[in-house]
Amino acid sequence: MITNFILAPILAHMVTAILLLFFWQRVKAQKIISIIGNLVAFLLCVRLFYATQQHGYLIVQAGNWEAPFGIIFVSDTFSSIMVLRTAVVSLAVGIYSTAALNLSRIMYGYFFIFHLLVMGLLGAFLTGDLFNLYVWFEVVIISSFVLLTLGGKKMQMEGAIKYVTLNMLASMIFLTAIGILYGITGTLNMADLAVKIDAVENKGLVSVTGLLFFAGFGIKSAVFPLYFWLPSSYHTPPSAIAAIFGGLLTKMGIYALIRMFTLIFQPDEFTKTVFIIVAIMTLVTGALGSINKRSIRRLLSYLIVCHIGYLVAGIGIYTEIALMGVIFYLIHDVIVKSNLLMMTGIIQKIRETIDMTRLGGLYKDYPKLSVVIAVAMFSLVGIPPLSGFWPKIQFFGEALKTGHYILLAAIIFASFVTLFVMAKMWSEVFWKESPKPLTEETDRFVQLPFMEKAALVLPVTFLSFVSLYIGLSAGDIYELAQKTAVELMNPNLYIDAVLNGNYGND
Amino acid sequence: MELLMVLLVGILYSAGIFMMLRRSMVKLLLGLLLLGNGANILIFLTGGLTKGKAPLIDERQKTFVDAYADPVPQALILTAIDISFALTSFAIILLKKVYETTGSDDLDSLNIQDLDI
Repeated sequence: MITNFILAPILAHMVTAILLLFFWQRVKAQKIISIIGNLVAFLLCVRLFYATQQHGYLIVQAGNWEAPFGIIFVSDTFSSIMVLRTAVVSLAVGIYSTAALNLSRIMYGYFFIFHLLVMGLLGAFLTGDLFNLYVWFEVVIISSFVLLTLGGKKMQMEGAIKYVTLNMLASMIFLTAIGILYGITGTLNMADLAVKIDAVENKGLVSVTGLLFFAGFGIKSAVFPLYFWLPSSYHTPPSAIAAIFGGLLTKMGIYALIRMFTLIFQPDEFTKTVFIIVAIMTLVTGALGSINKRSIRRLLSYLIVCHIGYLVAGIGIYTEIALMGVIFYLIHDVIVKSNLLMMTGIIQKIRETIDMTRLGGLYKDYPKLSVVIAVAMFSLVGIPPLSGFWPKIQFFGEALKTGHYILLAAIIFASFVTLFVMAKMWSEVFWKESPKPLTEETDRFVQLPFMEKAALVLPVTFLSFVSLYIGLSAGDIYELAQKTAVELMNPNLYIDAVLNGNYGND
Repeated sequence: MELLMVLLVGILYSAGIFMMLRRSMVKLLLGLLLLGNGANILIFLTGGLTKGKAPLIDERQKTFVDAYADPVPQALILTAIDISFALTSFAIILLKKVYETTGSDDLDSLNIQDLDI
């Protein structure tokens, strides 16, 4: 169906960002506008999701230039899932930010940049044009640069250099790949590319271009050996910002990878092998990196890297069930990682430290909050019936069925290490006696007014309930993931919708 | 002409990557700039070089009959130049700020924080 409604969530964030500019340095107004903007955008995203479920492919052609000549926006099941989870996380983090960030950050445009970043993410998920995807990527990374450096502490600056350099390099590689791809096919529309790439005679150049895209998106999504910027920059900004980064930014690279390698470059044996090797190394190195960390934030940074390995592995195996696992894992991982990073912020408010050796006794002081945190932690590990369990079963099964035994071993190793570090974190932070006697003065959480406490705890609880829902009603998510995987494995559906106007169940 | 451009792209890319691998922050910045320009010329080159054929269509005709210069790569480059301009100006400010807080131009002096876990 052709509808302009696709652009509504993007516009909602853009309008919110512009409105925020009129209330520069007025903290209360900024908070209220941001929450309202997030709520409106959330409702629009839910509406977009259901519209896509009902009508099949939704398409808008800019300026009525018919594809492949104009820039188009496409919402298929995969895009709409990505949009929906972005909306869920941005709503939660938006509310959390109102209480978690200090006033100077809010005064100097935190919410403004936040909405621009979410706008860029939604645009990247919905566009159907390769160069337009590049532009949305740039919108996102320049916003993330500002968020990462806002505040300007020494540690933040040091992390930012690595982050900025490698992300700019990734953009250059991405741009180079786009240039070559345009040279050999003469089009930028993704559906049209998928058709024309088959007619290219120089298959070697096509593979090289594919791998250039893999390198570019690989840096952004932090796979081995391109992930080193992530653990050395993600622990530096405040936890609200880390929650956006950890949950949403690296997954944007994965989205682009899945889109490119299911639609345009059908992976051949060589590409699949590269994906599998990269996945194994990412799983193992990420897991090893997280074992000896004492700071919760650093531990989570390495787990982000480690769990990207599952997603790359799923793309590497490249069967319908493996892709189902990838979609399911994407839905689960974003919610849980953002949630854990926000919880780290609350722990820091309570105890003034996130060093596990100096923490302890949280369960005794905050039993309800601890249970909420436990849901997220053990969802991440994948203890049945929580949400991380279901996609992992699919990865195990498919790795076994297709005979990738080393990959299977790596997946089991990574899951085991995740279990180990989460169990360690649970016993160190929540069960252990607090190493030093506590006084009321160090607990900044208790002293907060009720509204701020609610703004901190509500989003965390909300996301914990979402991951509980994903785990307990896995059947629904399973069906959704299956529908997406079928669409991804049959790129002709997408091409048909974009170029010939067959939008599916209309 | 093509050969010259190919060589230019090659030189820009290799010089850019070489500069990025140096320890000095200023050289890092120059490296990023060179890479950006290299990518822009690459798009221009792969889009096909056509000399003196503007992409304008005669009033009486509906389609192009002659070869013409493709306007799309130029539009892409224009966008890419804008974006790299914005990114570079941000990077310059960032590097200046880092220089002010650390007092050093050496990138290796930034690794101290990675030692504590």
